[in-house]
Amino acid sequence: MKNCREVTRLLSESQERELTLAERTSLKFHLAMCSGCRNFGKHLGTLRKIARSYAHGAADRTEDSDNRDK
Amino acid sequence: MSENAAPNAGHTSGLEGSPLSDEQFLQELRQQMHRFASLQLGDPQLAEDAVQEALVGAIKNVRTFAGRAALKTWVFAILKNKIADSLRQRQRFVDADQLLGADREGHDHDELFDRRGHWLKDERPAHWEDPEAAIHDKHFWRVFESCLNYLPARQAQVFMMREFIELESHEICAAAEITVSNLNVTLHRARLRLRECLENNWFGREEG
Repeated sequence: MKNCREVTRLLSESQERELTLAERTSLKFHLAMCSGCRNFGKHLGTLRKIARSYAHGAADRTEDSDNRDK
Repeated sequence: MSENAAPNAGHTSGLEGSPLSDEQFLQELRQQMHRFASLQLGDPQLAEDAVQEALVGAIKNVRTFAGRAALKTWVFAILKNKIADSLRQRQRFVDADQLLGADREGHDHDELFDRRGHWLKDERPAHWEDPEAAIHDKHFWRVFESCLNYLPARQAQVFMMREFIELESHEICAAAEITVSNLNVTLHRARLRLRECLENNWFGREEG
C-alpha cells in the first residue's frame, strides 16, 4: 500500500515515462481514496501547461496588452 | 520609410519600425533571454553567447514578424535550441558541481508529509479554480517567476530543461551528468515545491 509521498513520486514520473500496469493499479487504488493526491495529479498537468506557455512567451503577451498607457 | 535608416548594413534596413528598433523593448528582451539562458547554462558567458546568436538570427529575419509577441516567441524558440545545443556539446566537459550547484536540497520537502508519508493536513493539495485563466494574467506570471527563483538552482535547472526546453529524460541525464533515478527525484522535488508555492501564492489565495 503506497503512501502519499510515494504516490506523488509515481505521478511525477508518469510525466516522463509510461507507468507499468502494476504501478497504475496501485495508483488507482490510492487515488480513489485520497483527494490530496488526486489534486496533485491534476496540478502536475497544469504545471506542465503553465511552464510551456511561459516558455512560449505567454507572460510577455499579457504584458503587451495592458502595458501601453500607464 | 527613410532609405538612410540603416547606414551600415543593408541587410538590416528592415529594422526600421520593427520591435527590434525600440531600444527599451530590445533591452528588456535581452534581459529576459539572459536570465533564462543563465539559469540553464550556469555560466553567464555561455548564456551571453547563446543570447547573441539568437538575436542575430532574429535580426536577419525580422521582416517575417508582424508584432512583438510573434517575434518574442520566435526568438525564445531559437534561444531554447541554442541552449540545448550548448548543453549537449559540453556534457563531457562540464563540472557537475558547477552545473548542479551545491546539493542543498537533501530533505527540503519532507515537511509536506508526516512520518508515515501522508500529506500533513495543511499541506494537502487543494482544488484549483480555473487554472487556465492564470495564463492570461500578468500578475500570475510574476508569482510564477518568483516561485521558480525560489527553487534550489539544481531543481530549477532540471525542471526548466524538462518543461521549458522539453528535453527527454536521457538528454537531461547526459547534459547534467545524473542518473535517471536522480533525475526523477529532482523533478519530483521541484514539482512538489513549485506546486506548493503556486498554491500558497496564487491558486489558494481566496479562501474566505
